Amino acid sequence: MDNAQLLISGLANGCVYGLIALGFVLIYKATEAVNFAQGDFMMLGAFVTIGLTNTEYMGLPFWLALPISLMIMGALGYLIDRLIIRRLFGESQTAVVILTIALGFVIRFAAGLIWGHEPQTLQNPLAGKEIRFGGLVLGMEDVAVIVVTILLTWGLYVFFSKTKLGLAMQGASQNQLAAYYMGIPVKRVQGFIWALAGVVAGIAGILFAAKGSVDPTTGLLGIKAFAAAVIGGFGSLPGALAGGLIVGVIEPFASRYVAAGYSQIAPYALLLAVLIFRPHGLFSQVRVKKV
Amino acid sequence: MNEPILRIRNIESFYGPIMAIRGVSLDVHPGQIVSILGANGAGKTTLMKTVSGVMDPEKGRITFDGQQIQGSEPHKVVQKGIVHVPEGREVFPLLTVDENLSLGAYTLSDKGQIDHDRDLVFSYFPVLKERRGQEAGTLSGGQQQMLAIGRGLMANPRIMLLDEPSLGLSPLLVQEIFGILKRLNDEQKMTMMLVEQNANAALELAHHGYVMEIGRIVMDGAADVLLQSEDIQNFYLGVQEEGARENRRWKRKKTWR
Ligand SMILES: Nc1ncnc2c1ncn2[C@@H]1O[C@H](COP(=O)(O)OP(=O)(O)O)[C@@H](O)[C@H]1O
Ligand SMILES: [Mg+2]
Repeated sequence: MDNAQLLISGLANGCVYGLIALGFVLIYKATEAVNFAQGDFMMLGAFVTIGLTNTEYMGLPFWLALPISLMIMGALGYLIDRLIIRRLFGESQTAVVILTIALGFVIRFAAGLIWGHEPQTLQNPLAGKEIRFGGLVLGMEDVAVIVVTILLTWGLYVFFSKTKLGLAMQGASQNQLAAYYMGIPVKRVQGFIWALAGVVAGIAGILFAAKGSVDPTTGLLGIKAFAAAVIGGFGSLPGALAGGLIVGVIEPFASRYVAAGYSQIAPYALLLAVLIFRPHGLFSQVRVKKV
Repeated sequence: MNEPILRIRNIESFYGPIMAIRGVSLDVHPGQIVSILGANGAGKTTLMKTVSGVMDPEKGRITFDGQQIQGSEPHKVVQKGIVHVPEGREVFPLLTVDENLSLGAYTLSDKGQIDHDRDLVFSYFPVLKERRGQEAGTLSGGQQQMLAIGRGLMANPRIMLLDEPSLGLSPLLVQEIFGILKRLNDEQKMTMMLVEQNANAALELAHHGYVMEIGRIVMDGAADVLLQSEDIQNFYLGVQEEGARENRRWKRKKTWR
């Protein structure tokens, strides 16, 4: 396989890691807690879409299933904040973290119960198609993943910098007390952030299931996305995406050029190096941290 | 005299078991500047937080424009027209000056009103206009204070609660900011409740003053009367030592911005 092709498929994987990492960072910035169920949200988003669109389940048209599944994921994120996380208001962040780990178990268990434990793929219009570009043969899914991620990134950028709610989300995560003083309903805004994290996880899940297979344990790759978020500097959205891309690209090259058995640890070796040499991450906004 | 716009009656506020406000009552009349003086730890900030809804009182009533507001959510209080400009500026450090101002207007939706308010802020604080695209965290302390006040104005408030706007600023800057507050009061008829340790400057500016000690009001009166009072003179001398400590505290705080 050509290096360029390795690069493209690595980037496509990296986009999925990056989107999960984005979810980690969104919630971390809003609530200072890490949602360790973010990878499982992704897996759930994949299964919800499979359940809606695959012929052996509901068999809805693909383009109809997409918005429904994203709405379900957004509502789920919102409700988890509303019904569970908000109850822990005033508790330590450790309590929230432990709760999200438990939530991950519940989601994996529920997904296994509903959709079984066999790996499944999302039936989609792009499946199996290829693009020839120069000497390269690219999977249509890989290209779609990259394009969708670019569009989503652009959309998030516009949302955060141009809309009132986006600005309020930034404000609430930079200085929560000041946000209260300005009359921003901080708790409601945090609910929207959980909803957004749910939607982003849903998109990641759809992309993942379109280019490979998912089973209920797939969400565990969230740990790689977590590494990506740390590599990117946990407070920065562009950093999270970049961290995801770096991890995604390192993986195929490591498995190609590094002895098997060592290659799998490449992302974590990088994580370790970053933590030692740039403890705030590669793309950190250090000033954001106040305490 | 006209009815008070803000009427505080027998407020008690707690941090856990610690009683920080022990039955405070005070009035602010429309168009007035009311100063609250008191040493560090007297409970001035807590009183303001209780008015703006960031803290809920255990007991007592707060009436704004005839409506009881004690225990309301902060965003409801802002919508009613009370804005709290907090101690230590508390700007949004990674947002630009313009974005900070926009968030000040979060409770408003009338675009024309917001643009008008922004022009008003820029007319009082021209430096904010010059630096409108700059991240707030990179502004100087004085500029951040101006931004905090300007951001408060963007809520189009009927009363501003100003918590130690002079904290950590050079005497020249304090003079400038107090001058602007005076103009806002004269020209915009802005009602203000001003917390200060700099008693002299605060009483020069104010119409009425209250002195707080460990959670209680221990003295109040017309500002010019208080200025002459011997107790205040002594109190004021006592505050000067505090000033140095405040400066140090601000320096420490500033490192994380
Ligand atoms: N977050 C807090 N937790 C516990 N006690 C507090 C807290 N903030 C202030 N206090 C206490 O409440 C009292 C009043 O504080 P504060 O309102 O900040 O005073 P001031 O603004 O007049 O300096 C002080 O004794 C202070 O120690
Ligand atoms: Mg104070």
